[in-house]
Amino acid sequence: MRIRSALAAAAIVALAGACGSGGGDGGSSSSSSSGEPVKINFLSLAWQKESVAANKQIVDEWNKANPNIQVTYVQGSWDNVNDQLVTQFAGGTAPDVIHNDSPALSGFAADGYLMDLKDKLPAELKGDIPQAAWDTVTFDDGKGGQGVYGVPFLQESQVIIANKKLLDAAKVRVPTAAEPWTWDEFSEAAKKMTKDGTYGVAWAMKSPVNKTLNLALNFGGTFFQTAGGKTTVKVGPEEREVLQRIHDQLHTDKSADPDALGQGTADPLPAFYKGKFALLPAGVYLRQQVAEQAPDGFEWVTLPGPKGTTAQQGAVSQTLSVAQDSKHPEEAMKFIAHFLNGPNQARLAKGDWLLPTSQAAASDPAITTEENGWDVATASAKNLVVAPFLKVNGFDEWKTKVATPVLQEYFAGKISLDDAAKRLVEEGNKVLERYQR
Amino acid sequence: MRRLPQYAALAAYVVFLAFPLLWLLSTALKTPQEMALADPTWIPREPTLANFTDAFGEQDLVGAAARSLGVALASSVVTVVISLPAAYAMARYRGLVNKIAIGWVLVSQVFPFILIIIPLFMILRDLELVNTLPGLVVVHVTFTLPFALWMLQGYVRAVPPELEEAAAVDGATRLRSIVSVVAPLLAPGVVATLLFAFISSWNEFMFALVILQNPDVMTLPLTLVRFTGPEGVARLGPLAAASLMATIPSLIFFAIIQRRLKSGLMAGAVKG
Repeated sequence: MRIRSALAAAAIVALAGACGSGGGDGGSSSSSSSGEPVKINFLSLAWQKESVAANKQIVDEWNKANPNIQVTYVQGSWDNVNDQLVTQFAGGTAPDVIHNDSPALSGFAADGYLMDLKDKLPAELKGDIPQAAWDTVTFDDGKGGQGVYGVPFLQESQVIIANKKLLDAAKVRVPTAAEPWTWDEFSEAAKKMTKDGTYGVAWAMKSPVNKTLNLALNFGGTFFQTAGGKTTVKVGPEEREVLQRIHDQLHTDKSADPDALGQGTADPLPAFYKGKFALLPAGVYLRQQVAEQAPDGFEWVTLPGPKGTTAQQGAVSQTLSVAQDSKHPEEAMKFIAHFLNGPNQARLAKGDWLLPTSQAAASDPAITTEENGWDVATASAKNLVVAPFLKVNGFDEWKTKVATPVLQEYFAGKISLDDAAKRLVEEGNKVLERYQR
Repeated sequence: MRRLPQYAALAAYVVFLAFPLLWLLSTALKTPQEMALADPTWIPREPTLANFTDAFGEQDLVGAAARSLGVALASSVVTVVISLPAAYAMARYRGLVNKIAIGWVLVSQVFPFILIIIPLFMILRDLELVNTLPGLVVVHVTFTLPFALWMLQGYVRAVPPELEEAAAVDGATRLRSIVSVVAPLLAPGVVATLLFAFISSWNEFMFALVILQNPDVMTLPLTLVRFTGPEGVARLGPLAAASLMATIPSLIFFAIIQRRLKSGLMAGAVKG
């Protein structure tokens, strides 16, 4: 009886507490005309300790300097942000300022959920970010023009994280930002490093699409083509180059660690520290984990990504957008302009171990130092070009339902490159067709 | 000596059950370097509390746990309060309405959450319950109710109607026979349903993610996910420390309620 009474009391207290603490409407509420400060919700996806701290600090500084425009920092999660936004956009309660990445913007922009910022961008912010980065967030506005649906601020390039001891022992040429390895040199180096149970390279291909598509631009591989207003999947000689070379390392040269194939980006790190393989192609942000986790005495270096006919890589940007339903778009834009100014982008890039789009930020000594490979990482930004797949309506579904399983099967050696290409095209075009009706 | 295999089996089972908790504890006490060893260690070589200080320093874990506890308790109690009389009616009054009701219960379990989340979100918005904990309680109750009803009506059916008839012969009204005869026998079922509803609400993530935006009202699952990044990369140390802490309120709740579950089962056995 006592238990039942206690539970009943707890429920009443909990409900009362819940009612008391659940205020707020979730949207931007007050207006400046009533004398109350304008309130803006900022959904941030920062998750690394230094990055969260930098985000919060910039928001705090803004709130202190701008008593009339108060920003509420809301931390979200990369894994769920799009599910969250779909619902909140439909319900008209999305945050005013939204952190996301450029591939996600195309669909939201097409559905009318994001504001076109083209005519709202302050000149200083617009001029500080190169056009190549703006291209990653520029999409068809549905009225025959092009709209800008976010401000790009952090970018990721592919580099190679190397075990310095094994690299030196192989006596191969150490690539530099000015003179990266060609893919042939990369394959030769991996072969030389493969001996005594040690592999030259490890390809973590649990999520193979972004990595391979971005690198495919080394040989001009775009994977999509548009003719007569219709976009189709294309897997020709240019697209096959990088796929074939990675496959060769795995199955012909046997210079790639087969255990890493099904792993996520960070999963091979324990084996890397143990010296099971020498080279780990990865996004620049993975340097943070290596710097934090590498055992004492483990020496590692950051090498630039390999070069094909060019060193170009596809760029994906992290972005800040304004919700179409925001009640305070002007104030939201002012906040974004401050949040992404040069000094602040340098802080954010350092916190996330990514590359700033801001030219002012890119010259910050903190992200051009040799320490932890910042110089190589920052230099790689010049090779980033807009990834063609970003513009393809239906890319996300193609990536999830077609490309991911097909590439996984191909790299696992279960199907041939011809089979993989056929499926990528035929099944892919069926997906794209639905988006182009 | 003859019981040795039984004890060994029991010990193995306990170890199996305790494994996730021990792994969490071990991980929460490790340095980043030790966590990244290719040959994992069970007992941290250089135990550190840095993961706990990071986790608690960065996120309002205590507040989030308190809110989750409030929501889970409220959801479970409301679920049982609503479903108990309905379950009694479903079990005792058989007919067309009853069949339709049971059919509804079953069908309601078929829909995936993602299918109904947008219309539900819009209803909550119109009721001004978005971004509130009572709104989350309403959603949790809505989704727990059908299965709770299904569970409880099974428990009611297990109580022989003859007991109520005997009470009626002795002069008890229907209400009196329900309160004095049926209710005590339903105690284990009520407790089991409470546990089910509590766990469902305590762990629920998706609705909380969509409904709650204000950081001051966020529940524990939303706070835990903040230690994870893209493509499955996570800050394992603080995540383990925070997750370990997150198990404590539910462990306490279970410790309190499991005695009632046990005594309820015994009571049912004797009276049955």
